[in-house]
Amino acid sequence: MSLEKHPLVRDWIGVSGGRVVVHTGKVDFGQRISTALARIAAEEFALSPEDVDVAEVRTGAAPDEGMTSGSNSVVQSGNAVRLAAATARAAVLARLAAEFDVPTDDLELADGFITHRGSNRKTALTEALAGIDPALAVDPGARLRPREEVGVPVSHPPRGMRAMVEGRYTYLHDLDVEGMLHARPVHPPHIAARLRGIDAAVIEKLEAGGVRVIRDGSFLAVAAPGEWAAIQAAGRLARACDWDCGPGLPEIDVAAALRDNPVERLPVIGGLPEPDAALPPAPDAPDLEAAFTRPYQMHGALGPSAAMASWDGGKLTIHTHSQGIYPLRESICESLDLPLDAVELVHVPGSGCYGHNGADDAAFEAALVACAMPGTPVLLKWTREDEHAFEPYATAMHVHVAARLDGRGDVAAYYAEASGDTHRGRPRAGPDRAGPARLLANRLRADPLPPYRAEPNMNREGGNHRNLTPGYAFPETRLVKRLVRDLPLRTSAMRCLGAVANVFALESVMDEAAAKAGADPFGYRRRYLTDPRDLAVLDRLEARLREIPDPAEGAGRGIAMARYKNQMARVALSVDLAVNDRAEIILQHAIIVADSGRIVDPDGIAAQLEGGFVQGASWALYEAVTWDRDAITSRDWDSYPVIRFDNIPPVETVLVDQPDCPSLGVGEASPGPAVAAIANAVHAATGLRLRRMPFTPEAVMEAALQADAD
Amino acid sequence: MTLALRINGADREIASDPETPLIHVLRDELKLKGAKLGCGLEQCGACAVLVDGEVTLSCATPAAVFAGREITTIEALGDTPEGARVQEAFVAASAAQCGYCTPGLVVAVTALLQRDPAPSREAAMAALTPHLCRCGSHPRVLRAVEIAAGQGQGQQ
Repeated sequence: MSLEKHPLVRDWIGVSGGRVVVHTGKVDFGQRISTALARIAAEEFALSPEDVDVAEVRTGAAPDEGMTSGSNSVVQSGNAVRLAAATARAAVLARLAAEFDVPTDDLELADGFITHRGSNRKTALTEALAGIDPALAVDPGARLRPREEVGVPVSHPPRGMRAMVEGRYTYLHDLDVEGMLHARPVHPPHIAARLRGIDAAVIEKLEAGGVRVIRDGSFLAVAAPGEWAAIQAAGRLARACDWDCGPGLPEIDVAAALRDNPVERLPVIGGLPEPDAALPPAPDAPDLEAAFTRPYQMHGALGPSAAMASWDGGKLTIHTHSQGIYPLRESICESLDLPLDAVELVHVPGSGCYGHNGADDAAFEAALVACAMPGTPVLLKWTREDEHAFEPYATAMHVHVAARLDGRGDVAAYYAEASGDTHRGRPRAGPDRAGPARLLANRLRADPLPPYRAEPNMNREGGNHRNLTPGYAFPETRLVKRLVRDLPLRTSAMRCLGAVANVFALESVMDEAAAKAGADPFGYRRRYLTDPRDLAVLDRLEARLREIPDPAEGAGRGIAMARYKNQMARVALSVDLAVNDRAEIILQHAIIVADSGRIVDPDGIAAQLEGGFVQGASWALYEAVTWDRDAITSRDWDSYPVIRFDNIPPVETVLVDQPDCPSLGVGEASPGPAVAAIANAVHAATGLRLRRMPFTPEAVMEAALQADAD
Repeated sequence: MTLALRINGADREIASDPETPLIHVLRDELKLKGAKLGCGLEQCGACAVLVDGEVTLSCATPAAVFAGREITTIEALGDTPEGARVQEAFVAASAAQCGYCTPGLVVAVTALLQRDPAPSREAAMAALTPHLCRCGSHPRVLRAVEIAAGQGQGQQ
């Protein structure tokens, strides 16, 4: 897809300041894509990764690769960069061979030079690259340097690491330009509240003190010469507001609404929703039946969302940590009725985002403030409370599973129905002002837009049906997805989308079915697996577990596996844990085995797998958005607890390299299996089946009481 | 009356209101942007600095409280052998993803090793529990602690 839109070598590979530069539309938010892309170019050019730069991602200059999401960056940008570099390499070798009048095979590319063996003639690679025909198209069949030539990838420190540990790495939050004002929005108590009025005396006093107050309907912000001044002013202004809170947020049981609300049931076949397919009959007296639920959860970036904007009367420049600068630009232009070429977006790293958080909303809010004060750059930041209360959450989900077993205890039929709200809250342009409607401030401005009404995601392995399809060859499956709308909270894409709840459900049922059949969880899964790479990750995990001691008395071990989107990286993982006297789950050890095709950056892969495990564990054990009629009540790290260092087990990663297979992203491969393996390990330790996230002490106690009652 | 603070070995006259939380004095007035604002509520640890060698959260306490104390920020941490060793260990373990929590963690690990040169894994976990990381770099940070303490290569 990336190459179709940007077919030329110069779209991806350039030279600047005597160095090779990679151009990409994918942005780095800690997942190390820039490290991987530099390494890919370095492999094809026989350079050290340190000798390759990665260009800033800016509208107008960077290739438009849509969103940085879905673990697609190595596949899309990585493939484009590799083929572009390989095409460029072949082109410069051919040209120099002609120039030197020697066979191409007599030229050697090493250490940044192309040298003719047997003579002293040589040319710098960057010089040769600079002379490439600008119209040269990427050759999809270009010869890639095989593993034997490039060698086994070794770990280098990721880009920016030293600056990070020395406090010199520049985040968007750190930008500081001459004449800049700091801005803070003053958000309503909840998204449906409307501003009735503000105490004029307070505004007067603020303005007399050099604070600017910006109001557009119920969108409200302050700008002041310092960050602390802006924080204080926002507090004063908030206390001077009179809000009409209307009926407030619906206090409903979301899991029940997900289960019961009458919405279209879309059959899912081969990973695709097929509205016209006949639904197979509902399960009749299943041998196994259970419902698995996930609450609303938040991305919870450590650094609240921020953006810098400036408006000179004709051009709007926005520095943002959005995952999609081109789609965001379109939606901002549509919102402000500006032509595309009047707005430039520049990506600057923010804090890790894990999906669509407040980044885009903050960028638009910064733009609104900047447009109100031409010529003054504005750095707008959300507070912790803004981020917790106003980011678009991961939807709650409900997955109902039923299975019929045969005489051997094998799954004869598997039924799963996944229900959730939309994962598509990103501000992509579309009919009915779909882009602007998904920017928070447009819900608040004068003449506000109504909430975005999502359509079901019909893509293969999209949204709520991601990993709904089992990776196991069951004789019969009946899979259904349901998009449930009109629920209380705004939702969007978070790491893994529906795969977390779906893998949690499937792998829990596999564990239960294996136990019922008296089979071990490895052997039971093998009954349904034929793909050698699936089997390989499972085998490696089992082999590694044989080498380490069994869990201690009272502790338990669980496993789970998944192939992300049923077509990407494969992960099998194990968790050892114990449940203490206070019903807290204490993680003791984890092993992650992964196959993500050809390895480019082994340390980057391991970091993503480990990070995904830890975040999955945090979702499994701690996280749930809460609210009442008046407001979101999980507004800080006390009311929205997440995993901390006191529950981090040693984590081992084992990477299975496939040098002849395409490289795949791994950012979303481990969280789903992490949740499921924890649930299965809790069963091994206690005999309890936990099916409702998060597995808090209260949930453990409730499961114990339920087990006693049964 | 103006406020004087001793920061990274130098005496600084502070123009900001003494009631300003220390982090804004560091970041806004002195342009020391290494310490990060994560919550302003002393819940996440991103703003940690050393005050008389102790890990101190700078996001809520007024700057005036730190008069007469020795403040060390991440920018000057590498000037001490312990700080430099911890920074090297973080690089060796590549113990960061987005890195927003990293300055606070480097500060906290340096203070930990000054207090306890060979901390157990449990002691390191307890010392770092006030610090959040959302990318899940925790296992690598704990490896960095082992490396900095000279406890093998921190490999598992």
